[in-house]
Amino acid sequence: MKFNGENIAKYALMTVAFSAVASLLLIAVFIFKEGLPFMMKVGLKDFLFASDWDPLAGKFGIYPMIVASLWVTFGAMLIGAPLGIAGAIFLNEFAPPMMMKIIKPTIELLAGIPSVVFGFLGVMVLAPWIRATLGGPGLSVLAASIILGIMVLPTVLSISIDAIASVPNSYREGALALGATRWQSVYMVTIKAARSGIIASIILAMGRALGETMAVIMVAGNTVKVPHAVTDPVRTLTANIALEMANATGMAREALFATGIVLFMVIMVLNGIALSAIKGKARKK
Amino acid sequence: MKIMVALTGVVLCAGFMGLTGCGKSRENVTIAGSTAFQPFAEKLADQYMSTHPGVMITVQGGGSSMGIQSALSGAAEIGMADLVELPPEAASLKSLIVARDGIAVVVNPANKVSSLTYDQVRDVFSGKIKNWKDVGGSDYAIAVISREAGSGTRSSFEKILGGIKLAEDALVQDSNGTIRETVANDQNAIGYVSHGLINEKIKAVSVDGIECMEATIMKGEYRLVRPVFLMAKEGASPACQAFLEYVMSNEAQELLHQSGLIRAK
Repeated sequence: MKFNGENIAKYALMTVAFSAVASLLLIAVFIFKEGLPFMMKVGLKDFLFASDWDPLAGKFGIYPMIVASLWVTFGAMLIGAPLGIAGAIFLNEFAPPMMMKIIKPTIELLAGIPSVVFGFLGVMVLAPWIRATLGGPGLSVLAASIILGIMVLPTVLSISIDAIASVPNSYREGALALGATRWQSVYMVTIKAARSGIIASIILAMGRALGETMAVIMVAGNTVKVPHAVTDPVRTLTANIALEMANATGMAREALFATGIVLFMVIMVLNGIALSAIKGKARKK
Repeated sequence: MKIMVALTGVVLCAGFMGLTGCGKSRENVTIAGSTAFQPFAEKLADQYMSTHPGVMITVQGGGSSMGIQSALSGAAEIGMADLVELPPEAASLKSLIVARDGIAVVVNPANKVSSLTYDQVRDVFSGKIKNWKDVGGSDYAIAVISREAGSGTRSSFEKILGGIKLAEDALVQDSNGTIRETVANDQNAIGYVSHGLINEKIKAVSVDGIECMEATIMKGEYRLVRPVFLMAKEGASPACQAFLEYVMSNEAQELLHQSGLIRAK
């Protein structure tokens, strides 16, 4: 009886575990089934590298949106990564433990704020400020990057804190015993030892920034054009899907699924890099 | 305990029977399509159901093209579309103009410009005119704001302006409401919204000297007007026919009028 109960529990839990994998698989299969025939029909070159997006006229070039997604993600990293990593180093190595107890939960709270709220702040405060000081329409690469940079901060910070905290104290003690100052021991030993964890935090944050939709639609301006300056408005891949989904039929709808494939591939690659970075860290230990 | 379980069971069963019984005795009509007309259709449905308890009307969005598709496929009995003219695939449907909606060209209230010609509107939105000083304003770049591709408001607007291709550096917003917010926030912006959505935060410019208001739309003087179509298959159910008749009735037209649309007749 006991043996049976255990088996039942085992298989029940296994089913639950596989259901998560199965849903990922189903999503992947569905996106590819809807989008791949379209990519074949239009041709990769006319889809990925053409700049004309006009679904009603049969033009499906998503090149400006790929560029836009990369610009915005890169910009967000430029803002979020240094802040997050510097914050993690400070909180782990220099700040009194009390401060960590207050600041860490506060920043993690930031992760719980809905993205539409960030977008709203961007539209009401950031965009008018950019328009007044830097010119352009305000809704721009810069606005999206700043908003996303703040949004990914909790990801970078909390994973980096864990990575730095997992560096054994003997490393620091060894560095200090050799006559290094505290700062030297931090940047020559601790950061190097925590490097793979910090890289993983950045890559996970990139995935988050690339996939964010609502806040970006609100602050990026959604113009389909390759940007030439940070004050230019852009449309990212995610924004394109969300904006046109409601009205798309036929080829236009398939084009959105194909856009989803591109996004899916980019995120898979990023996650793959993150996983191997984390594995690298485990091996070193 | 057992009695409780049995009682709960009986109550649940009765509830289910009640529900299914109710579903059978009520006739269902589903309406789908234009998101711009959706809130008005909901009002009409509410009013109709309050006087016709035997009919259940469900209103869904999805967009004008979805409305035509659903009416054709039978996913919905009635499709809604707010387009200047219906696409050829809708020819097999029985269509009815139930209201008219003016499209207002709007700017920020701080903008000096309060009147444009039809040609100027066309050139601004197609990107030929890029500075406010060319249309009598101050020396600032014009920020054109449009709806997304596939929007009924956008395709009607572009068609009325002679099939323009939108300026490629135009900003895109995904609803009438966000266009209004963006124009209210940016002194150099120009956009277009449904006539019913004009408020004190934005300013509607007159086109060819004619203001966008109900009287001018009714008289046919204001040019940027689109019809709202309801479409149903030939031989639709009696409940569906009755609802369409109701929409054209004086009472329903008055409700649409009070909600900010222009009566069909």
